[in-house]
Amino acid sequence: MNDNNKLNVAILGSGNIGTDLLVKVGRSNYLDCTYFVGRNHDSHGIQIAQSLGVRTSIDSIDALIKDSDSFDLVFDATSANGHNIHAPIFKQMGKISIDLTPSNIGEMCVPAVNLEPCLNFTEISLVTCGGQAAIPLAYAIGQTQTNIQYIEVVSSISSMSAGLATRNNLDEYIETTEKAIGKFSGCNDVKAIINLNPANPCIDMQTTIMAIVDQPDLMKLQEFIDQIVLDIQMYVPGYQLIISPTIENGRMIVMIKVKGYGDYLPPYAGNLDIINCAAISVAEEFAKKRSNKGGYHESSVN
Amino acid sequence: MNHLLISDPTLRDGSHAVQHQLTMDHILFYAEHAEHTGIPILEVGHGNGLGASSLQLGKSLVSDTELLVQCRARLTNTKLGIHVIPGFATINKDLNNALDIGVDVVRVASHCTEANITKRHIEYSRNREKEVFGVLMMSHMASPAVLVEEAKKMESYGAQAIIIMDSAGASLPVDVHEKITALVHHLDIPVGFHAHNNLGMAIANSITAVESGATILDGTSRGFGAGAGNAQLEVLVAVLHKMGYQTGIDLYRLLDFADQAESLFCTPPHISSVSVISGLTGVFSGFAKPVERIAKQYNIDPKDVFFELGKRKIIAGQEDLILDVAIWLSHHAK
Repeated sequence: MNDNNKLNVAILGSGNIGTDLLVKVGRSNYLDCTYFVGRNHDSHGIQIAQSLGVRTSIDSIDALIKDSDSFDLVFDATSANGHNIHAPIFKQMGKISIDLTPSNIGEMCVPAVNLEPCLNFTEISLVTCGGQAAIPLAYAIGQTQTNIQYIEVVSSISSMSAGLATRNNLDEYIETTEKAIGKFSGCNDVKAIINLNPANPCIDMQTTIMAIVDQPDLMKLQEFIDQIVLDIQMYVPGYQLIISPTIENGRMIVMIKVKGYGDYLPPYAGNLDIINCAAISVAEEFAKKRSNKGGYHESSVN
Repeated sequence: MNHLLISDPTLRDGSHAVQHQLTMDHILFYAEHAEHTGIPILEVGHGNGLGASSLQLGKSLVSDTELLVQCRARLTNTKLGIHVIPGFATINKDLNNALDIGVDVVRVASHCTEANITKRHIEYSRNREKEVFGVLMMSHMASPAVLVEEAKKMESYGAQAIIIMDSAGASLPVDVHEKITALVHHLDIPVGFHAHNNLGMAIANSITAVESGATILDGTSRGFGAGAGNAQLEVLVAVLHKMGYQTGIDLYRLLDFADQAESLFCTPPHISSVSVISGLTGVFSGFAKPVERIAKQYNIDPKDVFFELGKRKIIAGQEDLILDVAIWLSHHAK
C-alpha cells in the first residue's frame, strides 16, 4: 500500500494486453501502477507509459528483481513461456502474481464464478480471454443441467487485437481454456477453438458455447445465465448475451459478444477488455483486503 | 518445368460433402486404390483438417487416429498427407500423434492474412523431418502483395511449398494468374493451387495456375469436396496430359478408379444455386450444408444468409456465426 492507500502494482509486458491494462489501472481507485516493464524501447506501450508519467524499464523481469520493493502485485502480460520463467521468481519474491498468459500456472480465477476463494492464493491465473468469456456459461451449464456429455467453446477475435505472443500461444490458449472449461463445468469431454478474423472494420469478440446434454433444461439455464451476465457486467460492462440458450441440430447453443472500453485498442478488442477487466477486478479485491487489514505492513503477502 | 505434383484431398475436402461421415470401408477402398493408381499424395481427415471434429464444424464419424493408422497401413508409394489449422489442432493433442503414426506431408493452413499463427506447427513438423507445405486459405480475400508477404512468412518458418486455396470458389482465372505469378516471382519454393468449383472455374483456374508457374495442384475424384466441389481430378489430369505436362499418374487407371469411387461414395457435386451465391459472396464453400440446414429451421432464404455472411466477412471456421446471422435475418429481414 502506498501513501494514497492504493496497492502498488507492476505490469510486465508492454504489448496489447499490458498497455490496455495500464490504462485501466490508471482509472482504479485501489491500484497504482508503479512500474511498467517491457523489453523493447520502441514499443508503443513503453511510450504510452512514459507519457502517462509511469516509471518504465526495458529490462523485463530483471527490472522487477532489482527493485522488488516498488510493487506488491504484478500482472504478467508476456507469454506462456515467459510466465513459466517468471512465476517461480514472483513466488520467491513474495509477490502476488496475476497471470494474463495461458501458461496454466496458478489458481484459475473467473471473477463472476470464484473470486472470493481465489483471494487465498498468491498465484492467480486468468485462464484466457476466451476462458473469461465462456467459463461463466460453462459453469451455468454445469450448475443447471444433468448428464452433460460434451462442451465446446469457440471464440472469434479480430486479427488486429491479437499480437505476436497471442499468435504464438494458440496451443496454450486451447489447452488452458479446455482445462478450465472442464474444471468449472464438471464435464470431462471439452474442446476449445479460436478464430482470428481480419475483417475491416474489425469484428467484435464473440464466443459461442455448445453442449450436448441429455435432457436440456433451457428455462433453468436461461435464468442462471441472466443472473451471471449481470454479475459479469459489474466488471465487464461490454459483455452481452446475443443468443439465449437455443437448441439447433441437437446442440445446445449460447452466444455472447464482448465490446471493449476502447482503452488502448478500439472497442472491437473485447478480448483485451474481458481478461484485463478480470485482472483489475481481482487486483482490486486484493487491495481492499489489504486495506481492511490495516495496510501493507500488517498483512501477510504469502 | 514439365512435371507437376498432384495432391488428392478427396478423403479430406470430400468429408465436407457428407458432413464428415465418410465410413471406414470407403476410406480403405479409396486409400488402396489411390496407391494402386499412383496418386502422389493422398490427403485425409476431417474437412477442416486434424483436430477439427467438433460441434462447430461437424463431428467426424471416424477419429483422426483410426483414419491415419488405417490409411498408413495401405500406402507405400503414395504419401499420406494431412491438413492442419492452428486454432483447431494443437501440437500436443493432435499433431504429435499424427506424426507418430507416420504422416508424410503436413499442410499447415491459416486464413490467408494470418500466416504467423502457423509458425510453431510448421517448425515442429520440419523438426520431425516431415515434408511441410504452407497453405493460405480463402485466398480471394487478400491481394497478391499480401499473399506474397504471408507466404514469405511461411517460407521463413520452413515451409517447403506454398498452396493457395480458393476456398470459396470465388476466383476467376485473371485473379489466379495475378496471384500465382506474384508468388512464383517472389518465393524460392514451389507454389500450388487448390480450386473450388462454385463459379464453374475449378479446372480453368487450375490450368491458369499451372500456366502462371504453379507446380502443385489439388484435385478430387469426381470433384468430391465442399460446396460445389474441387477440381475434378480425372479431368484435371487428362487436360494436363493433353497440354504436355507429366503427373506420373496413369490416366486409364485413374478413370477406372473414379468410376468405382463414384459408385461407392464420391457423388459428383453439382453447382447448386446456393453454391453460386457462396462463390459470388466469397463465403467458405464448407458452409453450404450448415447454411441450408439452419436457413430451413429459421424459414429464411439460404442465399440471404450467404449474402449477410459475405457482408460480415466471415471466414472458414466461424460456422457458429451462421446461426447468429440466421436469427438476425429472421428478425430483421422481413
